[in-house]
Amino acid sequence: MRIALFVTCVNDLAYPGTGIAAVRLLERLGVEVAFPEAQTCCGQMQYNTGYPSAAVPLAEKFGKDFAGFDAVVVPSGSCGAFIRDVHPKLVEGAVPPVYELTEYLIDVLGVEQVGAYFPHKVAYHPTCHSSRLLKVGDRPTRLLRAVEGLELVELPGAAECCGFGGTFSVKNPDVSAAMGADKVTHAVESGAEYLVAADNSCLMHIGGTARRSGAPIKTIHLAEILAATRETVNA
Amino acid sequence: MTGVYVGMPAFPTAARAATRNAQLRANLTRATHTIRDRRARAVAELEDWEGLRQAGKAIKDETLAHLDDYLLQLEAKVTEAGGTVHWARDADEANRIVTELIRATGGSDDQPHEVVKVKSMATQEIGLNEHLAAEGISAYETDLAELIVQLGDDLPSHILVPAIHKNRTEIRDIFRERMGEWGRPAPEGLTDTPADLAEAARLHLREKFLRAKVAVSGANFMVAETGTLVVLESEGNGRMCLTLPETLISVVGIEKIVPTWRDLEVFLQLLPRSSTAERMNPYTTMWTGTHEGDGPKQFHLVLLDNGRTQTLADEVGRQALRCIRCSACLNVCPVYERAGGHAYGSAYPGPIGAILTPQLRGTASELDASLPYASSLCGACFEACPVAIDIPEVLLHLRERVGREAKEHGGHRLERAAMKAATYAMTHPAVYRAAENAAVRARKLIPKKVPFGAGKAWTETRDLPELPEQTFRQWWKETHR
Ligand code: SF4
Repeated sequence: MRIALFVTCVNDLAYPGTGIAAVRLLERLGVEVAFPEAQTCCGQMQYNTGYPSAAVPLAEKFGKDFAGFDAVVVPSGSCGAFIRDVHPKLVEGAVPPVYELTEYLIDVLGVEQVGAYFPHKVAYHPTCHSSRLLKVGDRPTRLLRAVEGLELVELPGAAECCGFGGTFSVKNPDVSAAMGADKVTHAVESGAEYLVAADNSCLMHIGGTARRSGAPIKTIHLAEILAATRETVNA
Repeated sequence: MTGVYVGMPAFPTAARAATRNAQLRANLTRATHTIRDRRARAVAELEDWEGLRQAGKAIKDETLAHLDDYLLQLEAKVTEAGGTVHWARDADEANRIVTELIRATGGSDDQPHEVVKVKSMATQEIGLNEHLAAEGISAYETDLAELIVQLGDDLPSHILVPAIHKNRTEIRDIFRERMGEWGRPAPEGLTDTPADLAEAARLHLREKFLRAKVAVSGANFMVAETGTLVVLESEGNGRMCLTLPETLISVVGIEKIVPTWRDLEVFLQLLPRSSTAERMNPYTTMWTGTHEGDGPKQFHLVLLDNGRTQTLADEVGRQALRCIRCSACLNVCPVYERAGGHAYGSAYPGPIGAILTPQLRGTASELDASLPYASSLCGACFEACPVAIDIPEVLLHLRERVGREAKEHGGHRLERAAMKAATYAMTHPAVYRAAENAAVRARKLIPKKVPFGAGKAWTETRDLPELPEQTFRQWWKETHR
C-alpha cells in the first residue's frame, strides 16, 4: 500500500510539528510514508469564502499530486472532509481514498494503542468539521485513552464551535472572538493542561485567544500527543 | 419585506453591540441551552427520528415541485368551504389587501378599527402592524412573548420566543410602564414571578378578545385537499383569535402547503419536538372556511409570495422553503447565541434567517449581503433541522452569489484578488515555495497587533502564531532525501 501524507498548507507553514509528528508516528507503526512535494492546499478557504471557481484548480492539482497512491492521510478533519466531500463536486476523475489521521490509524491500521506516552491532563475539542462533516466519532478519544500517562478530562460544551470558521474569524471578528473566549473559558474549567484537537486552524484561534488573555491552557495537535514517547518526553 | 427592519447596519456591526451586552448574552445563553437540551431529549425518544426527518423533507420537496397545482387546489377548496382567497405578490400588496378587508368590516369614530393577532411570522415579514398603525388601525399581539415585544416598542429576536432577549424583571417593568397605554393596565404591585406576569397578560388580553371584531393570523400548515389551515401554539390565545371574532384574515406564505391530511402526521411530530421539545403542542387549531353558527362568519386567506417564487427558482436555495419555523437551528447556533436575533435584521433570525432573508429580499443591501457570512459553518443547524435543510450548503451558495453580484458592481475587489492570488501561488510550486520561505524568514516581522484590515480583525483579540524556523517541507527534505 502506497501512503502519502497531505500535510495541509497551514501545517506546512505554521505548524510543521504536526506533520513531523504524523510522519514519526506512522513510521513508528511501520508505515512507509511518501510526501509528494508538489502538494500545496486543498482550496477550502476559497470555496468557503464564496469563490468555488478559485478552488477548482487546487482540486485538480490535488488529484494530480496524489495520483497513484492507495491512500492519502491528512492530519486535519476540516481539509479531510473538504477533499472527500467537495473535490468530487468540483472536478471529474477519481480522488484517492482520503483518511483523517485517526481514521487511518483505527480503520485501516486497526490500532488504538500506538505506544505513546504523554503524562499530562488533556481535554479533547471535537472540531466541527471532524465531528459533523467527517464523523470521526470517538476515534480520537479512543486513541487518547490508550496513551500511557495521559488523563483525559471532560470539556464543558465540547460540541460547540470555537468560532474560527476560516474567513468568518475576520469577517465577523466580534462574534468569532466571543465564541473563542467561551471555548477558552471551558478549556480552563476542564482543569486540563492541554486542549487537544485534530485541526490546527481551530487550535490557532483558540491558542491565540488563550495566549492573549493569559489563560492557563496550552493547545496541541492530536498527532503530537500520539507521536510522543518516553524518549521524546524526557528528552 | 418592508418597514420594520429597514436601515439596519450589516451583520458584523449589529452583532458587535450584542456581543458586548453581557445581560443580553446571559439571557440568550440560558434560554437557548435549556431548550436545546430538552429538544435533544425529546428527539432521542423517537427511534425513527431520522426517518421522520427524511419524510418531512420528501413531502416538502414534492409539494414545492408542484406548488402551483397544490395552490390552485387549495384555492378551490377554501372557496368551496365559504372562504375567500387573495393573492399577494409582495408586502405592499398583502398589506393593502388586509387593510381593505379590515375597513370593510365597518367601524366608526367611537369604535375605532382594531384587530387581535395570533403570532404570525408572515405578518412580521411584511411589517403589517406598522402598516396598519399608519392607517389608524391598532393591531394587538396576543401571544405573550409578542405582547412583551409590542408593549416594549421592540422587535422580535427569536422565531418561537420573540422576547427571548428579555428576562423576567425587564418584562415586569415593561408591563408596569406600558400596559395602561394599550388597554387594561398592569395590576398594582405586579411581581416578576411567571404566574403573576401570565395573569397580568391574561387580564389585559381578555378585554381585547371580547371586544375585537377582526382577527389576523398566520398558519403553520395549509392542507390542499380540504382547504384547511392549521396553527400550533402553546397558550390558547391563538385559539381565541381563531374562534371569537366575526372576521378572520389569515396571511400565509405560499410554501406552507401540504398536500393531504396524512402528511400532517409527520409534521405534527417534527414541529413540537423541534421547537418546544414537547411530544405534542398544547393547542392545535384547524379551520376550514366558514360554518353557520360556529366561528368566524367571514374567512379570508391572503396567499403571500414576497420573494418565494424567486427563491423557488434557485435549485440550491429553494430548500429554505422547506422550513417549518421550528427555531431549532437558532437554539443550537453559536453565532445566534452571541449576536442575538436583532442583528439579522428581519423577521427570520439565526441560521434560517441567514439563508432565507437574502433570498426573499435579494442581496442588494449591505445587511442582506452580509447575512450569508454570518456563520462559522459549524453545521449544528443542519444537524438539528427537522426537515434536513442543508443550511451550510445554502450559505456557501449565497456567498458565491454575493461575490458574483459584487463583481458586477466592482465590489469585494481585494478579497477576490486575494483568493485568486492564493490559488495562483498554490498552483505554481516555485511561487508557493518562495512565498513560504519569505514568510518563515520574516517570522519576526509579524507584528503583535496589525492596525488595519483582516490582520486587525484577527489581532485585536488573538495572537497570531509565531512562525517556526523551518517549514514541514524543509524538514522533510533534510530528513527524507
Ligand atoms: S431551518 Fe430547519 S431548524 Fe431552522 S427553523 Fe426552519 S425547520 Fe426549524
